[in-house]
Amino acid sequence: MSSVWEYANPKKFIQTSDRVLPVIAAMAVLCLVTGLIWGFFFTPDDYKQGSTVKIIFIHVPSALMAINAWLMMVVASIIWIVRRHHVSALAARAAAPVGVVMTIIALATGAIWGQPMWGTWWAWDPRLTSFLILFLFYLGYIALWAAIENDDTAADLTSILCIVGSVFALMSRYAVNFWNQGLHQPATLTVKTDSNIADVFYYPLMVSIAGFMLFCIALIVLGTQTEIRARRMRALMARERMG
Amino acid sequence: MIALLIRDVRLAIRAGGGFGLGLAFFLIVVVLVPFGVGPRTELLTSIAPGILWLGALLACLLSLDRILALDWEDGSLDLLATSPLPMEGVVSMKALAHWLTTGLPLVIAAPVLAIMLNLPPQGFGPLVLSLILGTPALSVIGTFGAALTVGVKRGGLLLSLLVLPLYVPTLIFGAEVSRRGAEGMDFSTPLAMLAGITCGTIAILPFASAAVLRVNLR
Repeated sequence: MSSVWEYANPKKFIQTSDRVLPVIAAMAVLCLVTGLIWGFFFTPDDYKQGSTVKIIFIHVPSALMAINAWLMMVVASIIWIVRRHHVSALAARAAAPVGVVMTIIALATGAIWGQPMWGTWWAWDPRLTSFLILFLFYLGYIALWAAIENDDTAADLTSILCIVGSVFALMSRYAVNFWNQGLHQPATLTVKTDSNIADVFYYPLMVSIAGFMLFCIALIVLGTQTEIRARRMRALMARERMG
Repeated sequence: MIALLIRDVRLAIRAGGGFGLGLAFFLIVVVLVPFGVGPRTELLTSIAPGILWLGALLACLLSLDRILALDWEDGSLDLLATSPLPMEGVVSMKALAHWLTTGLPLVIAAPVLAIMLNLPPQGFGPLVLSLILGTPALSVIGTFGAALTVGVKRGGLLLSLLVLPLYVPTLIFGAEVSRRGAEGMDFSTPLAMLAGITCGTIAILPFASAAVLRVNLR
């Protein structure tokens, strides 16, 4: 009977992910190329926003992944605290740089779109501000990993920071709502379909979201593998020195 | 617990304990703002609540690494960890001592400095109220940050980076209370949120700080 916990074994994880990774990476490239080309060249211009609307094919998926990477880190941190599987801690560590890059992409594309549309690069709008706070949390998390020498101590401390940080990030999300309702439009994709975008944009957007998601998964798996192999190397070198 | 509290407060008040540091920093920030933005009265009035809250927060931040670093260096933290007092109690007392020596003086100094920033008379009550309710949260969150970075050499920058995003909700609601108070608006909603944050952090964060400290002392 196989269970998901088998992959807590680093060897098993490497074996399986070595086989799966090329597939995920190929699918990610396929989806990204299809989604972005379809989105950029084969969708009509919006009647109000012109061609600037097409930045949505980068902005929305990256914003989505910025939040999902943090969610993944929370889950992985809880698994590390409860079950002490090293792969889980390393996966959380590998997800942080991916998340921070996605946050930067979301903020940058938002600013580039906001300049012609809202007439400003930046506004202290609730959504924008909470993304900036999320960015600060990512930086703190990565800096804490880098600052502590002992790996297990660092894993423990960062997991607790991740969990406490999520609570505060949620609080900030609702605290900034106090200022005003903001410039940012409400969610483009919801279960209730009446506020969703038109179908011509919807399908390429879905493809590029899938592409971003697969791309992030591939990067996180690759990062975890690298970290496992680096640790194994260090252990081997230490054994060599011992004679 | 009381003995630990008295010891920490005494250590902080004595020379070299950095008692006046936060207060002096607060004073400097508030005095420098009019030099930076110009002496126009109506402008100062409108930014006074925000500046006072920001100054209090930064002054708090400045003294955070003193909460645990000295005890870590001379080994008394190890003794405290082996004492019958649970770690949660130790960190709560550390946070309380930090509040008594940093937060409370800031609350007392704030109305005096508010006069210099031309805060309208009806704003004094909400300002002091929001600071009294909000600064304990700053101390408790700061103790968590100090516990995270206690093992790191020269962790001051890291400490600020970790703690600043955690301070955001407290700052937003605290500054909102004093701003609405200064403008004569109803401030009960943000006040309730601020009190909620403070109570929540006091109730829950000591457990996280204690867990972190145990990991660091391992």
